Amino acid sequence: MKVSSRINDKVMTAKEAVSRFVRDGDQVALGGFTVNRNPMTLIREIVRQGKKNLYLVVHAQGQSMELLIGAGCVSRVELGYGGLARFAPTGECFKRAACAGTIEVEDYSNYHMTLRFLAGAMGLPFVVTPSGLETDIVRKSGFSPDARGQGKVPKHKLKVVANPLEAEEDVVVLPPLHPDVALMHVQYVGEDGTVRIKGLTFTDVEQAKAAERVIVTCEDIVPTEWIRSDPDQNCLPHFFIDAIVHVPYGAHPTACYQYYDYDPTHLNMFKKLSEDDQSFRKYLDEWVFPFETQGDYLAKVGASHLLKIRSSPVVGYAKGLDRR
Amino acid sequence: MNGYTKKEIMAISAGRFVKNGDIIFAGTGISMLAATVAKRIHAPEAVVFFETGGIDPTLEELPLTVADLRVMAGTSVNSGLADALALLAHPKLRVIAFLGAAQIDIYGNLNSTHLGDYIKPRARFPGAGGACDAASLCSGVIVFMEHEKKRFVEKLDYLSSPGWLTGGDSRKKAGFKRGGPVAVVTDLGIMKFDEETRKMYLAEYYPGVSPEEISRNTGFSLDTSRAAECDPPSEYELKTLREEVDPQRLILG
Repeated sequence: MKVSSRINDKVMTAKEAVSRFVRDGDQVALGGFTVNRNPMTLIREIVRQGKKNLYLVVHAQGQSMELLIGAGCVSRVELGYGGLARFAPTGECFKRAACAGTIEVEDYSNYHMTLRFLAGAMGLPFVVTPSGLETDIVRKSGFSPDARGQGKVPKHKLKVVANPLEAEEDVVVLPPLHPDVALMHVQYVGEDGTVRIKGLTFTDVEQAKAAERVIVTCEDIVPTEWIRSDPDQNCLPHFFIDAIVHVPYGAHPTACYQYYDYDPTHLNMFKKLSEDDQSFRKYLDEWVFPFETQGDYLAKVGASHLLKIRSSPVVGYAKGLDRR
Repeated sequence: MNGYTKKEIMAISAGRFVKNGDIIFAGTGISMLAATVAKRIHAPEAVVFFETGGIDPTLEELPLTVADLRVMAGTSVNSGLADALALLAHPKLRVIAFLGAAQIDIYGNLNSTHLGDYIKPRARFPGAGGACDAASLCSGVIVFMEHEKKRFVEKLDYLSSPGWLTGGDSRKKAGFKRGGPVAVVTDLGIMKFDEETRKMYLAEYYPGVSPEEISRNTGFSLDTSRAAECDPPSEYELKTLREEVDPQRLILG
């Protein structure tokens, strides 16, 4: 692979990227949404490296959050939604940890979290919306009072204040997010480090811009001339990115538009095994710990299985896939 | 009930609320069916969009989540959450949202967060997600619920998404410019909200269901004086739902 000098020190293995850029106690933004484009290769690597006390900030997750919480890597979560929709209406690991009190949880809405990433990306001191007025989201705080203002925990979860321009109405004022690290999986990174996401971007771009460090995994590293021949399609310039990891099927078992669908068989199996700690351990022993490389992991998944979820180039998903 | 399931009559009844030209914010599960069946039958010009950023997909195959690849196919615009959630409050658009929840109260406020104590919950649900934003900002909300006493409660364990708050004009006074729940579609019937008090009342009960049965399954006093029997799903509606919208019965079960 021909990689320009601009990024050749950034291209590395998942193992190196995680050991260099993810630290115990980091505030981590997870890319993707529920069962789509979760940075799963990085997540499995984080679990293998036994990272601790991670502080997740997410809108709606997701397979990545489930695996991290289940494996005991997480102590704190700010979120809008913790589930995988049809594949787990509430994430089993999230549910269990929240009820047992092994993680501290603070609830926002998805728009709140999105706006907070946007504020972080834009350097705004706060962001404002009427969404959530009079709800328990604005009344209740999930983090202990002594955690307030410590590290990345905002001094105030939020505040309801009178609109300073039109004093007759109240608004919800939210703090920006500046995660230590953002993890994302995308379709393309150019040899110049340019990032291109196909399909929906979710909040990946805002998360990357708001974060202090960014690790991107990608399906393909493509020539600079190719990615720059249609720059309207690109979403991040190289200078935001600290590490680039080339891992085909790097979002499996979640989906990646135009490459592969979510894997219903795997997600259903995961749901069942994640229902208690013991069987979840079996999942880790079978699907996470043994595989140092993406190649070994994909060999375990199996070629015939990967063919079933391969996207049709016409519609971008696996047409007629048995999704029961 | 003969000839159709509860999920089928729910999807079809909710779909009937969609007007041609509406902009529909669809969540997961049965709301996908309602939006899709309405588009196939009487509201072909209705636009469905998802909080993830997919606007007006072809919905040739049924999405199972709002982040399904099927919400990105054949769209007019693929964007992200910041763009899509901003549509909810756009003054030019009549946006109707389909939402579900674990609990609802008489004013249509919703809980999708937890039961028991917030810090040490007895049960934990996914959270407000985009539902709080839709309930706060858009023009109207249609709620899906299983009709059970433990779900139709006097007092929510957690208020995740705002309905008519404490009734009357409390929603407007709180600072919401529009919106509020329009209807609650359950497996037993359809509830609406009084124009003045904003309290929930029984508007329609499904064939084979009695208003008494619905009262019995409601954890607060429900006005049934205005109730009438609902039209059953037509052959055409059922055929469309079964053969075109969810042939694998992924959501219909």
